[in-house]
Amino acid sequence: MRSVVIIGAGPAGLTAARVLRDNGIRDVLVLDRAAVAGGLPRHCGHPGFGLFDFRRIWTGPAYAQRLIAAARGVEIMAGATVTRIKPKGRIEIAAKAGLETIEARAILIATGIRETPRSARLVSGARPWGVTTTGAFQDMVYAGAMRPFSRAVIVGTELVSFSAILTARHAGIQVGAMIEEGDRIVARRPLDLASRSLLGVPILTRTRLLRINGLDRVESVEIERDGARSTLACDGVIFTGKFKPEAALIEASPIAVDERTGGPAIDSAWRCSDPHCFAAGNVLRPVEHSGWVAGEGKSAAHAILKALNGALEDKDAATTLSVEGALSYAYPQRLLWDRGEVTIFSRAAQACKGVLRLTAGGETLAMRRVSALPERRLSLTVPSERLRGKRDAVIRLD
Amino acid sequence: MTERSSSEVFDVAVIGAGVVGCAVFREFSLAGARTIILERDADFLNGASKGNSGLLHTGFDAEPGTLEAKCVSDGYRAYCDIRERLNLPLRKTGAFVIAWTSDQAAKLPAIADKARLNGAEASTVSAAEIRAAVPALGESVNAGVWVPGESVIDPWSAPLAYLLQGMANGGEALREAEVVEGRLCGAIWSLKSSAGRIIKASVVINCAGNYGDLVEAIARPSPFQIRPRKGQFVVFDKSAATLARPILLPVPSERTKGVVVSQTAFGNLIVGPTAEDQDERRLATVEDGALAGLVAEGRRILPALARHAVTAVYAGLRPATQFKDYQIEALRHERWISVGGIRSTGLTGSLGIARHVRALYEERFGKLTPPRSIAWTPVPNLAEDRPRAYQQNNRSEIVCHCELVTAAEIEGAFADPVPVATLGGLRRRTRCMMGRCQGFYCTRRIAEIAAGRIRELPRAAAVSRKGA
Repeated sequence: MRSVVIIGAGPAGLTAARVLRDNGIRDVLVLDRAAVAGGLPRHCGHPGFGLFDFRRIWTGPAYAQRLIAAARGVEIMAGATVTRIKPKGRIEIAAKAGLETIEARAILIATGIRETPRSARLVSGARPWGVTTTGAFQDMVYAGAMRPFSRAVIVGTELVSFSAILTARHAGIQVGAMIEEGDRIVARRPLDLASRSLLGVPILTRTRLLRINGLDRVESVEIERDGARSTLACDGVIFTGKFKPEAALIEASPIAVDERTGGPAIDSAWRCSDPHCFAAGNVLRPVEHSGWVAGEGKSAAHAILKALNGALEDKDAATTLSVEGALSYAYPQRLLWDRGEVTIFSRAAQACKGVLRLTAGGETLAMRRVSALPERRLSLTVPSERLRGKRDAVIRLD
Repeated sequence: MTERSSSEVFDVAVIGAGVVGCAVFREFSLAGARTIILERDADFLNGASKGNSGLLHTGFDAEPGTLEAKCVSDGYRAYCDIRERLNLPLRKTGAFVIAWTSDQAAKLPAIADKARLNGAEASTVSAAEIRAAVPALGESVNAGVWVPGESVIDPWSAPLAYLLQGMANGGEALREAEVVEGRLCGAIWSLKSSAGRIIKASVVINCAGNYGDLVEAIARPSPFQIRPRKGQFVVFDKSAATLARPILLPVPSERTKGVVVSQTAFGNLIVGPTAEDQDERRLATVEDGALAGLVAEGRRILPALARHAVTAVYAGLRPATQFKDYQIEALRHERWISVGGIRSTGLTGSLGIARHVRALYEERFGKLTPPRSIAWTPVPNLAEDRPRAYQQNNRSEIVCHCELVTAAEIEGAFADPVPVATLGGLRRRTRCMMGRCQGFYCTRRIAEIAAGRIRELPRAAAVSRKGA
């Protein structure tokens, strides 16, 4: 039996592996289904990675290399697909030699995220080649040296959408327009100004994608802006963002899923409803940058170390958190009473100003004024002493 | 066997390589006829056959005494007979016809009676019995009919297996061969294909699906007019499949069988189809309003669907005509057999149709002499409940992680006697990019493996590797 098996060799998983190794755990195994370890940063060939955890700025692939190098000595098995997470620390993998079961004292689930593709957005029209997501687009351009189309329309204005603009530029792909249904871009300003002035990409807010045309390849898209319809010629459509946790393994297991985050429900020690399993990184919720995710991996590794020593806080001495009001989600979903301060992270569904408040049985445990944006993390810290004895609490934004 | 006038003359030319054409092609090849199948598209199974619901019907709801009822019932049995030897899946999930209102419930006894007339096992059941089998069902279920024989199959591997078996037994298959002209000289048809090749055959069988009436016009003014009927579908995530193991059917209306909820052979849950008449014969678009309607209908039937994501959406075109029944006819003088208007039961009916067409042929044009032995061509399994390639010892790299498709399976689709030519074909043949991420993780790798063999996919080296 292994001490720890980590599912996912991205920033969270590799950082956790490094920390476990540094603390004397010699039999950590990191599994990744991709042929190469490193996770999603590998797809993203422009600079912007590493500042938070290495104090340097690298491209995604260079950052992925750093993460792997920093975890030297840990066994990393790429090309190994986990097909099932079973109770009691057992996982089934499709290894080269066929299906096998591995047992571990602790499992860390760090399977990351994916974007919402065109199909799940129920977009009208034909279904030709040329419709893709940022992740697939960047993988084609940077890892595959491919130019999948020559003139693209980008749907969405999250941070990743601007990353798609940089990738298009690198590949010599013209961006006909970036479109956004809302009144303002989702990513923080002044990315819109930068894109308009530096990259020459028109950003159309209050604009809806009506349909995609083309038989074998995309030929155009129809859009609607302020009630006026028009057609944009293009041979590529990139659906960006609307990230979802890559939680299929968890959904197929007995582990509890939080419908709001779309990821596993965890306690403040990163532990899932199955106490053999821990989770960290973007599988917890959409979406944080790689440095933040790496920090979660580190913190989860420390919780796992404690668990291996039999010293992790009692999972049943906890307050169950529910979410109300203008918040789209909050985590951890169970707040431990014996673990010092607890910080709850949440996001608002839309831009708004208001009061973020944690209450239990009518009593306010913590509150603060916030100015919320969908891409801005909202945190609320409460001393765990205040939670003791309270089985349920509510976090809400009004 | 019919007299062969020269080595270049086929006994039979089948026009159209959809599921019906492939089944007819197989039937005649196995019967010893020198057979060719002509497909206008770059890939086989690229018309009506690419977008159906993937069900094997008992024919319980067919109009008794019709040709459709006979072919569906024969086709069901034929599929069960041959499917093991072709490595094709069968999930006998059974189906409930569900009445939500008392008006609908009043029609149930007639549905059960009709099923029995069609030779299909069926019984009326109470709301409690249905709920016990499908606890996730929404409110207000009134009563239903249980049809235990209704089943789920792989809608693309089955016709592919028919095509491959036809070829393994001497049949020839041509693609990008739209028949643009035909002339009957004496007892020999000369068919001119878009590729310029002239194909000679003693008898022509029109299985042209959504182009059936246009092809029919080569032989005679078409007695049926194709009015393509579009069916849109929503595919839910595999996590939703446990919500309903049996197929859930509504009480049908005059015009349509209504929206079905069903598992797929691949472990998803589908909701559909819509039924929309259109003129366009080739392009089946999806429409946000209709898709949202299907999602809402799915949630009405199974409220817990609200917690599950949509994986994919698709639309297919069924070759409906002004008639309800199949339009199958053998014309002795024209040396022509029309197989038209196979509007919605083609997947199940195809093997039965093939047998019926062969009987017509033998009646009009003479007995065929089958060879002593027949070659069987098992196809790779894609269904979830049977062994998959990724589970095998010494498997190759898993390329598509959502559907667990290996590099060897993708290579295999290029390597068999009908190498795949389009991205849609590759997706249906291997399931790659069909899963919840829709290519987020695997598009690049698949493009690399395809390496120029699929026109749409990009090739490497167009962009500098700097930064990668």
